[in-house]
Amino acid sequence: MAFITANWNPLGEAFYRKIELYEMGWSLRDGLKECLVAAAPYGGPIALLRQPQRPSSSARPQLEIYSSSGANMASFPWKSGPVRQLGWTVCDDLLCIQEDGTVLIYDLFGAFKRHFSMGNEVVQNQVLEAKVFHSPYGTGVAIVTGASRFTLATNIDDLKLRRLPEVPGLQGAPSCWVVLTQDRQTKVLLANGVDLYILDNTSCTPVVRQTQTTYSLLCLIILALSPLTVCVFQTPPGLSPQACSIVNMAVSFSYKYLALFTDSGHLWMGSANLKDKLSEVDTKVRTPPKQMVWCRRPKSQQPSVVIMWDRLLLVAGECTDTIQYTLDEESVCVAELDGVRIIGGSRHELLQEVPSACQDIFKIASMAPGALLLEAHKEYEKSSQKADEYLREIKEQSVLGEAVRQCVEAAGYEHEPETQKTLLRAASFGKCFLSNYPPEPFVSMCRDLKVLNSVREYTVGIPLTHTQYKQMTVQVLIDRLVYRKLYPLAIEICRYLKTPEYQGVSRVLKHWACCKVQQKEEPDESIAHAVSVKLGEAAGISYSEIAARAYECGRTELAIKLLEFEPRSGEQVPLLLKMKRSQLALSKAIESGDTDLVYTVVTYLKNEMNRGDFFMTLRNQPVALSLYRQFCKHQEQDTLKDLFNQDDDHQELGNFYVKASYKEKKLEARLSLLQSAVDEYNKAKNEFAAKATEEEMKLLRFQRRLDEEKGEALLGLSLQETLHALLTSNFHKQAEQLYRDFRVPDKRYWWLKLTALAEKDDWEEMEKFAKSKKSPIGYLPFVEVCVKQHNKYEAKKYVSKVTPEQKVKAHLAIGDLEGAAEAAIERRSEGEISTVLSRCSPTTDRALLERLNRARSTAAKK
Amino acid sequence: MSAHLSYGRVNLNILREAARKELREFLDKCGGSKAIVWDEYLTGPFGLIAQYSLLKEHEVEKMFTLKGGRLPAADVKNIIFFVRPRLELMDIIAENVISEDKMHSPRDFHMLFVPRRSMLCEQRLKEQGVLGSFINIDEYILDLIPYDGDLLSMEDMHIDTTHECYLESDQTSLYHTAKGLMTLQALYGTIPQIFGKGECARHVANMMLRMKREFAGSQTQILPVFDSLLLLDRNVDLLTPLATQLTYEGLIDEVYGITNGYVKLPPEKFSAQKKQGEAGKDLPTEPKKMQLNSAEELYAEIRDKNFNGVGAALSKKAKIISAAFEERHSAKTVGEIKQFVSQLPHMQAARSSLANHTSIAELIKDITTSEAFFDNLTVEQEFMTGVDTDKVNTYIEDCIAQKDPLIKILRLVCMQSVCNNGLKQKLLDYYKREILQTYGYEHMLTLNNLEKTGLLKPQTSTRNNYPTIRKTLKLWMEDANEQNPNDISYVYSGYAPLSIRLTQVLARPGWRSIEEVLKMLPGPHFEERQQLPAGLHKKRQQGENRTTLVFFLGGVTYAEIAALRFLSQMEDGGTEYIIATTKLINGTSWIKSLMDRPEAQS
Repeated sequence: MAFITANWNPLGEAFYRKIELYEMGWSLRDGLKECLVAAAPYGGPIALLRQPQRPSSSARPQLEIYSSSGANMASFPWKSGPVRQLGWTVCDDLLCIQEDGTVLIYDLFGAFKRHFSMGNEVVQNQVLEAKVFHSPYGTGVAIVTGASRFTLATNIDDLKLRRLPEVPGLQGAPSCWVVLTQDRQTKVLLANGVDLYILDNTSCTPVVRQTQTTYSLLCLIILALSPLTVCVFQTPPGLSPQACSIVNMAVSFSYKYLALFTDSGHLWMGSANLKDKLSEVDTKVRTPPKQMVWCRRPKSQQPSVVIMWDRLLLVAGECTDTIQYTLDEESVCVAELDGVRIIGGSRHELLQEVPSACQDIFKIASMAPGALLLEAHKEYEKSSQKADEYLREIKEQSVLGEAVRQCVEAAGYEHEPETQKTLLRAASFGKCFLSNYPPEPFVSMCRDLKVLNSVREYTVGIPLTHTQYKQMTVQVLIDRLVYRKLYPLAIEICRYLKTPEYQGVSRVLKHWACCKVQQKEEPDESIAHAVSVKLGEAAGISYSEIAARAYECGRTELAIKLLEFEPRSGEQVPLLLKMKRSQLALSKAIESGDTDLVYTVVTYLKNEMNRGDFFMTLRNQPVALSLYRQFCKHQEQDTLKDLFNQDDDHQELGNFYVKASYKEKKLEARLSLLQSAVDEYNKAKNEFAAKATEEEMKLLRFQRRLDEEKGEALLGLSLQETLHALLTSNFHKQAEQLYRDFRVPDKRYWWLKLTALAEKDDWEEMEKFAKSKKSPIGYLPFVEVCVKQHNKYEAKKYVSKVTPEQKVKAHLAIGDLEGAAEAAIERRSEGEISTVLSRCSPTTDRALLERLNRARSTAAKK
Repeated sequence: MSAHLSYGRVNLNILREAARKELREFLDKCGGSKAIVWDEYLTGPFGLIAQYSLLKEHEVEKMFTLKGGRLPAADVKNIIFFVRPRLELMDIIAENVISEDKMHSPRDFHMLFVPRRSMLCEQRLKEQGVLGSFINIDEYILDLIPYDGDLLSMEDMHIDTTHECYLESDQTSLYHTAKGLMTLQALYGTIPQIFGKGECARHVANMMLRMKREFAGSQTQILPVFDSLLLLDRNVDLLTPLATQLTYEGLIDEVYGITNGYVKLPPEKFSAQKKQGEAGKDLPTEPKKMQLNSAEELYAEIRDKNFNGVGAALSKKAKIISAAFEERHSAKTVGEIKQFVSQLPHMQAARSSLANHTSIAELIKDITTSEAFFDNLTVEQEFMTGVDTDKVNTYIEDCIAQKDPLIKILRLVCMQSVCNNGLKQKLLDYYKREILQTYGYEHMLTLNNLEKTGLLKPQTSTRNNYPTIRKTLKLWMEDANEQNPNDISYVYSGYAPLSIRLTQVLARPGWRSIEEVLKMLPGPHFEERQQLPAGLHKKRQQGENRTTLVFFLGGVTYAEIAALRFLSQMEDGGTEYIIATTKLINGTSWIKSLMDRPEAQS
């Protein structure tokens, strides 16, 4: 315990520590010399491409993949073209970027997955440099070609190549460059000698520099991004601006910060948008560094960068001092969220700022609450009464809660299980003296550490810190374990953390099954059995994914067997179609209820089968048939007819012809379509429709004749409209004929004639008409029609003819209150009296009102 | 804009927020400035989810309506099409994209299918050779849209349910209903009990149970908000939508039509309010557009009243408001005046809301007091009470002879048919012939459609079971109290909507008591239980109400909604209702959706 601070080095306000994670399990003859190395963040795997000992045409480089602890996972000779850069994706796949722009993707175990190209123009110009980067969109690749052009792919799983604009004056590769992700956009920041440029999709913006008096190095940098912001780079005196070109740059894990290293040995640190400067340090080393990475933990106050040269590792922060470590072997730095990992031929170390909780507790002579609590617990273990003294001291300041919190937090930052335990025990001890301290932080820290310690285990080799673990989430950790085929451990963690089944155990099992179906030596039967036994109980398993994998491996029979376990019928369809089991696919699609899916299968079937078979298939599936009918109705009228024909659906065929007739402009064609409709309706035994359609044809013919003879424009009018038109144009004979031919009911004909006469103010004819015979509609309509035409005089003529029941209405219609009152009183109808009453005005019709009221009360009495 | 969604028993704003989040995520996927090309049908429903301001925050600079030919000029990086998955729209989009490509414009195209993407449509784009031009093709799952604090509608975005489902047996909309209910359950917990009546209801329930099995294990651990779900097939109650709604909101819808929560009113009545002096100068010619929802206090109060009770409510409100304004005279101290002033905005809003609704009520009163309205209503009520439903109705005859609007005729004839359990063949043929001769033979297809759905049908058995149903379910209440209702029948001044009676009986005493009647109504009735994850069983407090989601497949009217709200508010009701539907309908819009070539009919 006393030695905890032994590896701490102060830098400004903070301390830095370097702890050993693993002694590497690999045995590399020359360490990392002559190797292309790529190590994934979050304690990911390490890939090495080792150049052959003696360069000869037959010797091939060797590609090797190791865990972070140096356990070999794959090793094979590299047979493709020369590789420029290695990198890891967020899903632990290895990207090998070749000189010709081809990117090959391998899994963790060295199995080839797929490849893609960074564009055709690269083949000629070759890739000079490449970088693999991570953003919220996934893993991306950026390259610069021999023609000094940059090409970006922001997400390799959804490949869209973006060729960035040209950089003026750039020859070959720039002196250094980084990829930035800002404001949902991916950009490249590059330095060409003394010039800085920002490249985005559309433009190349130089970072403008103004030389100013003697003491500026980069002087004022005014950015196109923020034209109003000016940032000043302090320069040590005596250096001319020209001498200071940027030779290395590094962007932080979060893309928030940027570090620039100049050939004068100066290090500038600031925000990635170049707006704010954080600090500037003179490292006094002029050689361009081999590697430079940010080493800043989230929320830390101090920016710091780790710079590596051949034999020197330097940590620079806010102050002018630096920490220097000697390197005794070829190493590689890996930027992490909260530190830097240093991988060498024999060791794997973590360099980080000591978190403040740990500082508070372990700093020599610290009086922080956590430190006192740890001390108290130590004394308690020794059964010393000093424990009480320490405790009292903490309680007097009432900071016991804070002390517990510190101990719990610090435990998370410590790598050694022993230290973790000591801190947690102290926290637990302190908790006893608190009444309502929430248990969650303590419990979840214990859980997290248990998980972390199990994955840091040498055999697993994932040296995650607590901060990284929280950032990457359990979900992703489980994925990583699954990629490494550590299924039992993954399942155990899921169960231990009580992860919901479908997010945890089921997912692991699915991956296991996908891996299982690839075991070529086992027969279909036993694999299907093994899979179903193991996955049987687990919820939310996608069997179709497993089946798809089996099919990809050429095991169709196994795939079909597995699909039978799939509960989601919709999921089975695409694979079934792929495997040419279209009938089965159709019934599964129908089962799912998803009509779009049914349509998909139907369209597929339509293209696959001959028409007869296709129709037969549909006939057996009514749901599919009606959907297809819908489709045809809008898209393929002729097919629709064939479908009805096939089903002998004469009613629908009739409707089909009727519909077609409305689209037809020519009368003859229209009539013949209608005739077809009549035939079909007859076959369908729909007498009414057949007759109505015949009537329609009769009407059309009549209209045509009259249009030709008399020049009327009747065609297309309804029977009623035709009659109306005839009556208003004085074709009474023709109207009479239609009335008889179409057996128009008397009532309607009377209405028609009445309105027509009124509309042309033919009052004489109306009077004749009224007297011609007893009106089938009574005489109230006569009154109303006249009133409607504003002819009260004519209206009055008919009031007397109105039946007693309608008298009141008739009188009211012509505005004769007296008459209405008379009629109402005579009929002794309470309702009618009220109606008249409501029309009376209290001022002018007082007498009438009284009479009505009296009559109403007598009517009511009865 | 959306506060009123969260006041109800169930916070429907959660649903709206979920929809907004998804929209923002999609917009952010297309980096840079954007222009949206809208399928016009979508703008209304979308307005309920997000206003222009939200789009603007995400760099949407221009909006166009989808139409053929070239896109209007816009200096933007991205063009996003917001469309329903319809083949005819795909052709228009293809036209847009091709003409744009000809000009070599460096824009990025994106497509957002609402409410779901369709392989059929993508296939069509592929055939047109433009599928590759789209950088993103995505779907925006918008099944149920919150229309009010207790009301959700799918607004038939994918497909016209009434037309496609009942006429063409295309079950797409049922699939979307089931999907929508699954989304709802993901947000509000598994609904433990499902009841249903009707063929479509059965189908939706089956799909829901199936989807639940498919997603086994992935259900969220949410305490169920809804105690039960009732699925009602419109087919079960064909009568209610045909009747003229007599609530305030129902009448506004019948007369002016409410679309997506907005009504357009004739402007004359509203002009005078602005400034009394200038009113004469420029009469507004644009119809006045008003939003109608419970965010407006007064409207929430009167919307569900029988129209005959609205006048009294308005005058009472007027007194309260003027009394409140009078208080300024009694305000003496500075403190009192300050308090008065602080309430002013609220009071002024109340006053203008009162003025608006008084105008609307006047407009509607002109119609309800007309003779034509009265005659029509009398005939409706005769049918509903079973008077002479087996004879030719002279009013209908007269209306046809005078060529009243066809939809009015169809509503009445259908109503007579429904109330008589079908019409005698002779009578049916007579009506049909009258309609064809008067309105044109092309309406034969419409009549055919009405027969397919059962709205019009020949009487097959001699027994008319409508009177039995009416009596057992007490569909007609002689003494409906319009001012202070004590029964749901007030919404139609006497007629209690069948659908709501079924809901009411289900809550108490249960459907077992009306087994006989249920058998007379079309389609099966059923009850299903969904297993809840352990620990999520609700412990009901003493006197706590149950919450039931009533889903109307094929549409619901405002009067029915009013009746359900009335049941929710009953003191001893014991159940509160949330209403969901495939579409908000009234008799006119409903019949229209069943017509063939409805565009030929104004």
